[in-house]
Amino acid sequence: MANKRVVIDPITRIEGHLRVEVEVDENNVVQKAYSSSTLWRGIELILKGRDPRDAGLMAQRICGVCTYSHYRAGVEAVEDALGVEPPYNAKLVRSILNESLYMHDHIVHFYHLHGLDWVDVVSALSADPKKASELAFKYSDLPISTGTAELMAVQQRVKGFVEKGQLGPFANAYWGNKTYKFSPEQNLIALSHYLKALEVQRTAAQMFAIFGAKQPHPQSLVVGGITSVMDVLSPARLSEWLTKYKIVKDFIDRAYYADIVMAAEAFGTEESVLGGLGVKNFLSGESMMLNRTENLFESGYIKDGDLSKVYDIDESLIDEDVTHAWYEGEKPLKPYDGETVPNYTGFVDGDTVNGKAKILDEKAKYSWVKAPRYDKEAFEVGPLSNLLVNYARGNEKVIKAVGDFLERTGLPVGALFTTLGRTAARMLQVKLISDNAIITFNSLVENIKTDQSTYTKFEIDPNKEYKGRFIGEVPRGTLSHWVRIKNGLIENYQAVVPTTWNAGPIDANGVVGPYEASLVGLKLEDPKKPLEVLRIIHSFDPCMACSVHVMDMKGTEISEFKVSVADGGACSV
Amino acid sequence: MNGFDALYSKAEERIRILSELPSTKNKTIEKLLEEKGVQRRDFMKWAASITAMLALPSQFTPLFADVAKLADRLPLIWLHMAECTGCSESLIRSDAPTVDSLIFEHISLEYHETLMAAAGWQAEEILDGAMHKYKGKYILLVEGGVPTAMDGQYLTLGPQAKTGLSVVTEAAKDAAAIFSIGTCSSFGGIQAAAPNPTGAKGVDKVVKQPVINVPGCPPSAKNIVGTLMHFLLFGTLPALDRYSRPKWAYGNRIHDLCERRGHFDAGEFVESFGDEGAKAGWCLYKQGCKGPYTFNNCSIERFNQHTHWPVGAGHGCMGCSEPDFWDTMGPLEQPLDSHLVMGLNSTVDKVGTTLVTATVIGIGAHAVASLFMNKKEG
Repeated sequence: MANKRVVIDPITRIEGHLRVEVEVDENNVVQKAYSSSTLWRGIELILKGRDPRDAGLMAQRICGVCTYSHYRAGVEAVEDALGVEPPYNAKLVRSILNESLYMHDHIVHFYHLHGLDWVDVVSALSADPKKASELAFKYSDLPISTGTAELMAVQQRVKGFVEKGQLGPFANAYWGNKTYKFSPEQNLIALSHYLKALEVQRTAAQMFAIFGAKQPHPQSLVVGGITSVMDVLSPARLSEWLTKYKIVKDFIDRAYYADIVMAAEAFGTEESVLGGLGVKNFLSGESMMLNRTENLFESGYIKDGDLSKVYDIDESLIDEDVTHAWYEGEKPLKPYDGETVPNYTGFVDGDTVNGKAKILDEKAKYSWVKAPRYDKEAFEVGPLSNLLVNYARGNEKVIKAVGDFLERTGLPVGALFTTLGRTAARMLQVKLISDNAIITFNSLVENIKTDQSTYTKFEIDPNKEYKGRFIGEVPRGTLSHWVRIKNGLIENYQAVVPTTWNAGPIDANGVVGPYEASLVGLKLEDPKKPLEVLRIIHSFDPCMACSVHVMDMKGTEISEFKVSVADGGACSV
Repeated sequence: MNGFDALYSKAEERIRILSELPSTKNKTIEKLLEEKGVQRRDFMKWAASITAMLALPSQFTPLFADVAKLADRLPLIWLHMAECTGCSESLIRSDAPTVDSLIFEHISLEYHETLMAAAGWQAEEILDGAMHKYKGKYILLVEGGVPTAMDGQYLTLGPQAKTGLSVVTEAAKDAAAIFSIGTCSSFGGIQAAAPNPTGAKGVDKVVKQPVINVPGCPPSAKNIVGTLMHFLLFGTLPALDRYSRPKWAYGNRIHDLCERRGHFDAGEFVESFGDEGAKAGWCLYKQGCKGPYTFNNCSIERFNQHTHWPVGAGHGCMGCSEPDFWDTMGPLEQPLDSHLVMGLNSTVDKVGTTLVTATVIGIGAHAVASLFMNKKEG
């Protein structure tokens, strides 16, 4: 019997426009999977010819969810090109902003974007609030938002919607799917945290805005430093940050951590979340400056899931393939080899389990995302990669955090290499960040006693040519921006972003990327309600606008780095 | 209420009509407020703040309270085009007053890809269903520019791979009102900046129906909610400026109500980021602040529950609620030579108000004066 095709478009609860198609056999087991981004914007082309000081603010508009990441990357790529060293205070403030961003971003991702893949809202209504309130103590010594009265109020609030069949944003989901494993009481606890997280994320955004001006799309970084000097020097503002920081950290410790422990228990034997990891190579960047000598996370990569060896990255081994992407070029190209232009070939008509539809032409081109490769192999990036690389590096803080979690849940290390592990890693990463952000903050408080500089002056010589890059870790994984400046203007601009690594299509050699590889072998309870697919894809935290802004331009070799800023070929740490 | 009587009776009539429509929700707003622990007093305060924000006499306050209770009569459909989701993110940050988000919850949010649980076919079903069921009644909110090059195929949506262009024009046909949320859907935004590779356009350029623009990158949740409230109450478009922006939100320049305006008038400018002037909160005009050319209420409303805003954080305004600002306001951290040197007529033409003319002369004078005052810098 021929495979049947399942089309999911739109994948909701993500940033941007993503389509996933899978082919299932007669037992509803996924044989093949294809991921496609269905939007292209061309932001890099737009950056060309602009003032380099505008790069950060414009690049930031790549994404409003991991907002700030591209702002900082754009600013620091230009700083690297010009040889500008921002003052220590500025670096610390940028790190504090990054830490605040993660604390916001991962909470929103787990509860509001990913949460409904784990939590059955309808089931929560049949829970006994008193039992649920007691149960919460099993997962946290000091649970939050799980008092009996609070849980009753949550139930009442949602009940009305359900009874009327007027679920609003909760409508038409895959409620009742058998792979939802929480008990009604566990669902209720998580649902209460979903609502509480809506409040907490506002506080997290405020915490960010204190030094960032606003969230999303902050506006307090400039090439050479930061502008929020008044806030940095204000004891009132500093303590305001501290207060909000404690509220958010409290939620991470008492709700987010607890809910993942609860999920590990409930889903520990649910097959559909114990796979979901097809590409076992992991890449990570450096991030989270704590003080002059220490970063919380280091860079590197591991291969084949082998935690006993960790490698430094050699940028020259990175390539990008457009065989199956909607760009011209038939084979893997070295980034500097010429001009690439969009080559949209569209969809074909096909049969699916839901009837006729437009489907991807996987034998030809089928996505706006390209396929980055390191030494011809695909790599996963993101919080899981970040933790695994640092675990392999012997990073003591990471080893302890991972060890504590595994001990608490009774899971083996191997459990990390799963959908559940990916979801847990995101929580552990932000737990580590929220535990250590205070070190960065204290470094700042200590330093401003004797040093109040926040900005380094610079000049751009129109007669000189410059090139530079930013490479680092952002909420969805490893990000790099590359810039070349000529005649005082941006000559070329390239961003290589996390979701490109994860969501890219098949390459010329038939090597499959992380999204697609993660779905193969997955059994679907009901192909018309492919919840299991959503759960795996959401565990990667897709950010499609990030991955498809890529526009190729005429490549020009930068001999010094032996990589090109054109074609998005280079991502390195 | 000199001059407001007609408006007042119109609003009353509107409430009467709305209250006769069937509710889409089974719970009254009073009930929801009670569950959220919001006092009636706080609710009235909120209504008063909306009234003030829309620059209406205080007699309108009870009307806003009344109409808020009827908000669930209007189903909302929120579409994502070529965008970054920053506007949706801005909206979920909204909480002060807490009623804002509650209103949103209470309004029947039928389709919103970032927030909805359903995906794929089920999501498309919701969209089609809502457009059919609430034909002529729903409010359409659009986030993101509309790619029009290559027949719109730079963006496709859903199992049938419809273009963003076709989805938005279809949804516009039977909408009771259309709001472009953010600069991208209002004016094309970042993807429409030169050379605009995908032919991205604002919604009003691709649909035949009238569109209210609520620009900003992102716009404050206040401006989004306020615009909705106005529509609910009056059932008509608010007074709009030449770019179809509601005047109550976009009627003043950032510069007019800026906290650093006094320093501008005194000729005290930040000469370099991080200098003593920066530490003292002086004017950012010389660091490229576009506040004098930008119409928005950021200086009053700020962002993230009044936590902060760009000028407060020492970075100039970049003009993000103006059409084509990426192309006309850059370099963003440098004063606009063109606005200082170009003829006054073209300035008026470009910026859109005669008020600016005086300001430009003022800025020129200040800039010159400041040059003399700070010779060592020059």
